[in-house]
Amino acid sequence: MKTHRRNQLLLVLVLIVGAGSTLALVLQALNENINLFYSPAQVMAGEAPINKRIRAGGMVLMDSVQRPDNSLRVKFLIGDLKSAQFPVVFEGILPDLFREGQGVVAEGRLDQAGVFVADEVLAKHDENYMPPEVAQVMASDKVSNLP
Amino acid sequence: MIIELGHFAIILALAMSCCLAVLPTLGVYLQNPVLLRSGGSLAAGMFVFTLVSFICLTLGFVNDDFSIAYVARNSNTALPVYYKISAVWGAHEGSFLLWCLVMSSWTLAVSQFSQQLNDDMRARVLAVLGSLSIGFFLFLIFTSNPFERTLPFFPSEGADLNPLLQDFGLIVHPPLLYVGYVGLSVPFAFAIASLTSGQLDAAWARWSRPWTNVAWAFLTVGITLGSWWAYYELGWGGWWFWDAVENASFMPWLLATALVHSLAATEKRGVFRSWTVLLAISAFSFSLLGAFLVRSGVLTSVHAFAVDPERGVFILYYLVIVIGSSLLLYGLRVGKMRVTVGFGWKSRESFILANNLILTVAVVTVLLGTIYPLMYEWFMSGQKISVGPPYFNIVFVPLMLPLIALMALSSLSRWRKTASTVLLRDQPLRLLISLGMTIFCCLLASTWNLWFLFVSLLCFWLIVNLLADARYRIGRHWFAGLLKQTPSYYGMWMAHIGIALSALGIVTTLTLSEEIDVLMSPGDQQQMSGYEITFQGVTRVMGPNYSADRGAIEISRQGELVEMLYPEKRLYAPSQNVMTEADISVSLWRDVYVALGESIGNQAWSVRVHIKPLVRWIWLGGVLIALGGFTTVLDRRYRNRKVIRARQSKPDPDLHLSAG
Repeated sequence: MKTHRRNQLLLVLVLIVGAGSTLALVLQALNENINLFYSPAQVMAGEAPINKRIRAGGMVLMDSVQRPDNSLRVKFLIGDLKSAQFPVVFEGILPDLFREGQGVVAEGRLDQAGVFVADEVLAKHDENYMPPEVAQVMASDKVSNLP
Repeated sequence: MIIELGHFAIILALAMSCCLAVLPTLGVYLQNPVLLRSGGSLAAGMFVFTLVSFICLTLGFVNDDFSIAYVARNSNTALPVYYKISAVWGAHEGSFLLWCLVMSSWTLAVSQFSQQLNDDMRARVLAVLGSLSIGFFLFLIFTSNPFERTLPFFPSEGADLNPLLQDFGLIVHPPLLYVGYVGLSVPFAFAIASLTSGQLDAAWARWSRPWTNVAWAFLTVGITLGSWWAYYELGWGGWWFWDAVENASFMPWLLATALVHSLAATEKRGVFRSWTVLLAISAFSFSLLGAFLVRSGVLTSVHAFAVDPERGVFILYYLVIVIGSSLLLYGLRVGKMRVTVGFGWKSRESFILANNLILTVAVVTVLLGTIYPLMYEWFMSGQKISVGPPYFNIVFVPLMLPLIALMALSSLSRWRKTASTVLLRDQPLRLLISLGMTIFCCLLASTWNLWFLFVSLLCFWLIVNLLADARYRIGRHWFAGLLKQTPSYYGMWMAHIGIALSALGIVTTLTLSEEIDVLMSPGDQQQMSGYEITFQGVTRVMGPNYSADRGAIEISRQGELVEMLYPEKRLYAPSQNVMTEADISVSLWRDVYVALGESIGNQAWSVRVHIKPLVRWIWLGGVLIALGGFTTVLDRRYRNRKVIRARQSKPDPDLHLSAG
C-alpha cells in the first residue's frame, strides 16, 4: 500500500514537472516568435524597433511603386490616410492583389536608415478584404480627421 | 418565388429540429413509445427541408437570379455552370447552408443506421443532434441568411466569384471538410446521450466508433485536399502555412485522431472511459471553435470570411452554451465512471495513452499559437501581433517524432500486457535495416541533413515494423492469411503507413527543395537540381471569363525534354481580379512547380521555380490515412447487427430497456 502511494506521488510529481517544463518551453518559443504590428505613424515616430522582425502595414501609396528594370527588387511607400509613411524594399514576387491604393502588411526588419526591408508582403485573396490591422489604421485616421 | 420556397423550407427545417430536440426527449421521460420513435421521421423531415432549401439556392445560382443578394455578390453570368453550383458554398452564407445540410445528413444517417441501438439510446442521440441543429439553423436564418433579396433595384450582373475559388478544389474541399467537421457531432451526441442516460458502460464506444472513424476519415480527406489545393492554386508553392484557419481544422483532427485510438481501448478493454467521453466532447467543441475563428473574423487569416461582429458573437454564445452544458453534465456524471480494469505499462493501452497524451499536448500548443494574438491584443491594450510559423515548427515537430517512434512499436503490442521479447527482440535488426535504407536514401539524394536523416530513420523503422508485423500475422499461407485479417487491422496498417509516407514527404520537401524567384527574358535558362529551366516567352490567351498571359517554360534534364509547362497570369474580366495559375510537372518523385510573377518590361517576367522532391507523398499519405479510416468500418462487428444485438441483450446492470 505504501509503495503504491509513493508511486502515485512520484507519478504526479513527474507529470507536474513535465507539464511545467513543457509549458515554459512552449511559452519561450511563443515569445521568441511573435511579430508585433506597427502602423505607419508608429514607424515614423520611431516606436518600431530597429533590426527586429516586425510587421507593418497600411496603404500602398499611389505612384510610389518603383522597380529598377533588371531585378526583382521593388521599392514602395506604405502610408496611412494622413501623412505618415515609410519606405519599403522587397525582393521577390509580390502577391496578385498587391496594388497601389490597396492595404498590405509587410513582414521584415527596419534598418538603420528607416527603410523597411520586407521578406514577405501580404495582400488578401479577396479584393473587398482589408487586413484587420490595416483596417484599424485607416479607421483611427478617419476618427481623428473628424472636426 | 423559388427563393421564398427555399427560405420557407429552411424555417420548416428549424421547426423540425426543434421537434427533434424535444419530442424524443419527452418520449424518454414519459416512456411513450410513439414519441420515443419519432426521431427517425423528424430527422428525415429536417433533412428533406434542408435539402429543398439547398436546391432552391442552387437553382438561384444556376438561373443567375441576381435579385438574391448572395447570388449577386458571388456569381456572374459568365461563370461556367459547374462553378455556379460550387459558388453556392463559395462564401459565408451559402457555406453555412451546406454546413446545415451536412448536419441534417449526419442526423438522418444516424437515424437510419443505428438499428442496433435500443430505442431509448437512439432517441437520446437524435435529440442531441436535433438540439445542435437548432443553433445552426438559428444562426443561418438570423445572421447569415442566403435568401435575402435585393429587390426592387437588383443588379443586372453579379460581382463574380472570387477567382481563387473557381477551381476543382473548391468544388470538393469544403463539402468533404464539413462532412468531417460536422461528423464529429455524432460521437459528441453519443457521449452526451450516454451521460444523460447514465448508461456509462463501454457500449457507447462500440456504437460511436464507426461514426468517429468515418468522420475522422472525411476530415483527413478534407484537410489533405485543402493542402493540395493551396499548393497548386495560391501560386506560392506552399502546402501548409500554420494559418489560423488551417489550425482550426487541424486541432479537431488531432483530437479526433486521439479519440479514434482511445475509443478502441474503451471498446476493447473498458479503460479510459471518462477520458474518451471528454475527448468526444472536446473534438466537437474544437470543430465549433474552428467555425468561430473562421467566421467571426477575429483572426488575421488568408481564409477569413467577410467580417461581421454579430456572427462572431452568436457563435461565441453557441460555443459557450454547448461546451458549458456538456462539461457541466460531464462533471456531474464523471464520478460514476470508475474503472477498475488495469493494464501493464508495456500494453497496447499504454501506447494508446501515450498517443493521447502527445496529441493532446500538440493540440494545446497549436491552440496557444492560434489564439495568442487574440489574448495579446486583449491584455496588451490593442497591440497587434502575429505568431510566425517558426513557433509551430519548433513546438510541433519535436512532439510528432516520438509519436512516430511509438507507432513503430505499437503494432507489436498486445492488450493488457506485452512480453518484452515480443516488443524488443527483433528491434536491433529492424533498426539496422532502417538505418541501411536511410543511408541509401541519403546517398541517393546526396545530403547528410540531420533532420532528413533522423526523420527518415524513424519512418523506415515504422514501415519495417508494420511490414514485419503483417508478415507475422499472415503466416505461411499468404492468401488465406490475408483473408484472415480483419478490416480493422487493414485500416490501422494503411493509416500508419500513410503517416510514414506523409512524414517522409514532409521532411524531404522541407529539407531538399530548391526554390528561386528569378527574372527571365525569352531564351533565358536556369539550372536547378539537375534540371534546365528555359523561359520561351509569354503569349496572350482567352478563357471563358478571363484573359491570360501564358508563359511557355521548357523543363529538360541533360538536354532531354521532360515537360513543357504553361503557367498563366489571369485577369478575370467581371471582377478585374488578377490571379496566378501555376503549372506543375508532376511525378511521384519530384514536382517542378512554375508560376509567373509579373511583367517587368522588355518581355521579361519574374518567374517562381520550385523543385520539390516527394511533395506528392504528403497527400498520398493523407489519402492512405483516410482510406484506413474508411476500411475499419467494414469490420463485421459493425455490420452484423444480429450479433451485436445478441451481445447487447446480455444483462447489463444499468441498462434501461425502453418500453418499445
